Amino acid sequence: MLKRKIALGFIAALGASAALATSAQARDLTVVSWGGAYQDAQKKVYFEPFKKASGVAMNDESWDGGVGVLRAKVQGGAATWDVVQVESDELAVGCEEGLYEKLDYSKIGGEGAYIKPSVNPCGVGAILYDFVLGYDKDKLKEAPKGWADFFDTKKFPGKRALRQGPKTTLEIALMADGVPPQDVYKVLATDEGVDRAFKKLDTIKGDLVWWKAGAQPPQLLASGEVAMTSVYNGRIDTANKNEKKNFGMVWDGALFTLDSWVILKGSPNKDAAYKFLDFAGKAENQSKLSENIAYGTSNKDAAAMIQPAVLKDLPTAPDNIKNAVEINVPFWLENIDKLTERFNKWAAK
Amino acid sequence: MTAASLTDADAKTSVPLKRRLKRAERARQLKAFALVGPLLLFLLFTFAGPIAGMLWHAVDDREVRQVLPQTVASLAGWDGKDLPDEKTYAALAGDLQAARAAGTIAIAAKRLNYALNGFRTILISTARNLKAMPEPGTAKEALGKINPAWRERATWTTIRDASGPVTGFYLLGALDLVRNADGAIVAAPPDQAIYREVFARTFLISLGVTVLCLILGFPVAYLLATLPPGRSNLLMIFVLLPFWTSLLVRTCAWIVLLQSKGVVNDSLRWLGIIDEPLRLIYNRFGVCVAMTHVLLPFMILPLYSSMKAISPAYMRAAASLGAAPVTAFLRVYLPQTLPGIGAGSLLVFILALGYYITPALVGGAADQMISYFIALYTTETANWGLASALGAVLLLATVLLALVYGKLVQGQQVTGGMKN
Repeated sequence: MLKRKIALGFIAALGASAALATSAQARDLTVVSWGGAYQDAQKKVYFEPFKKASGVAMNDESWDGGVGVLRAKVQGGAATWDVVQVESDELAVGCEEGLYEKLDYSKIGGEGAYIKPSVNPCGVGAILYDFVLGYDKDKLKEAPKGWADFFDTKKFPGKRALRQGPKTTLEIALMADGVPPQDVYKVLATDEGVDRAFKKLDTIKGDLVWWKAGAQPPQLLASGEVAMTSVYNGRIDTANKNEKKNFGMVWDGALFTLDSWVILKGSPNKDAAYKFLDFAGKAENQSKLSENIAYGTSNKDAAAMIQPAVLKDLPTAPDNIKNAVEINVPFWLENIDKLTERFNKWAAK
Repeated sequence: MTAASLTDADAKTSVPLKRRLKRAERARQLKAFALVGPLLLFLLFTFAGPIAGMLWHAVDDREVRQVLPQTVASLAGWDGKDLPDEKTYAALAGDLQAARAAGTIAIAAKRLNYALNGFRTILISTARNLKAMPEPGTAKEALGKINPAWRERATWTTIRDASGPVTGFYLLGALDLVRNADGAIVAAPPDQAIYREVFARTFLISLGVTVLCLILGFPVAYLLATLPPGRSNLLMIFVLLPFWTSLLVRTCAWIVLLQSKGVVNDSLRWLGIIDEPLRLIYNRFGVCVAMTHVLLPFMILPLYSSMKAISPAYMRAAASLGAAPVTAFLRVYLPQTLPGIGAGSLLVFILALGYYITPALVGGAADQMISYFIALYTTETANWGLASALGAVLLLATVLLALVYGKLVQGQQVTGGMKN
């Protein structure tokens, strides 16, 4: 008798936990982005209006990137996220590993609605942004013109900051050494090119500081720790707008890349996710994002709706993208481990 | 009832006393075990399980075998001297076709690229250009035409060495070693051999921070233990205050203090001691200062508790027997604080080994500790094999050190300085 009672209790408990599990499955749509000023802008122009317009219950979280994080979520079978904004290399690797749903573009306005680099079977472009040369106009008498000036510590005294690691650093070194933007990856693909980049870095090694998070470069500029730094263009813009800084940036030789929206494999909220992507892909909504934060967007018609005064400070403005290089994802997927080791070897010398 | 009949009755129950005692003992043990059971289960799931998983990831090597099963099977019979036979080429062509359809090529490509830089492109472009299965007997020629790398022995030894199911590749890599084409273990090429140096740096920084904590913490702990309670409580709050502040806040505070236009440099300039700002941050100095500050309470608290237990009568006795203050300190007081020194040092050292945030924010590129690389490979490049192998080496080195240390401290039996 007692045994049966225990068994019944056990079954009831199992049933309850199963019910709990399904209720966990039936959660709200969760959208994940990069936090900070950027996510505040997204809240304003995407998340809140979407909730109002569609009646879909959604919440937003933030993350710091890393395809390993997504792999753990999807493989662990406890993916609590549905739509995530990822960087270009996370998009490529995750797509190969099958971490994302293949997108049905017919549900989000069709491939023709978006600029070409932002159309990918696993994700759709969200923003286009640059690594630019940033400096403080109040501290430099003369404005630097490009990466060559970045390496000229005689003419522009003071320390410099670059992102820690080989990515972006080696491209910048080559451009400073006179390699035209369009040839950067051709040169970097050779051993001589890599040697050349490190040799160029050697010339200012003692004056280099390395940043790791996007929030650091504006702080390094503001505190006067460095005279110039590589920095995300949106951060310079935000610092000027919100903190009354007088920072300048150089678009010549900037490195641009795209972030994309992906839907995590096995998401229980796929329909809601598509609704959200459709909303965030519409030109009228994207143009509002650019007016809040200086990033370019993926819809072909968005630029036409933006005021000219705002447009001229966007990465997608014709003058700004003229001499910019797109960060080469396949190159870095192949070489990141080897060049990271090489970079750290160099740094420790 | 007589005594004799009693023993008879006992004998009839046929369970000897010894066994009943054992049973009672076992029941008691079980009860005690049941009390710690939940904790043990918790530790098993949250600690032992993940560590076992990490160790498994360091040797797990099934990606290539899953994506290119026929090739791996065919290479098992290859002597490795010349190029493999036509059958192996055909197997590879078949595998590539199947993997391309299943979309799994990149998984194998990624793994092979770790061993031979450039393999990613070789595999993916070959699969892309192999429109159809080559005619029987022409696979070797067809693949060689698509990419000349298939005519090289090294390409095939790389696939063979990555055939799994388990591998020493990542563990060797974490120690700057590689297997060459003939299977001998040799040193990695110099521009890729960085991990030994990083391990050495990690242990050196941790040791330096431990020594600094001991030098700074010992007098403070002594003061805490000897002051009257009212004042020592106030001091204790000062010790615990940083302990309760977030690590990130403390680290950022050091950035404000130490940067070139920071508080320290500005004060020194104002006093006319320096003309040019000193470099106090984004280098080893900054890392050691910030980490020492963060870890100091972990040294002071064990020291304080061991000093609290030392009666002041000992020092007075030593003085009355004619010992000079220094002698009394060295032979009477110090030996009694050894357990505290031991516990504090071990705690600080092991905590320092795993530090990540502080060196990342206040260190330069040459001050990153092993945790930085483990994090890099775990989240950014998703090379979990290497990340796990680095973790495994760190774990092993730490356990060994702790054991050696335990032996050393045990050898120092506290005798109150009266060994002779």
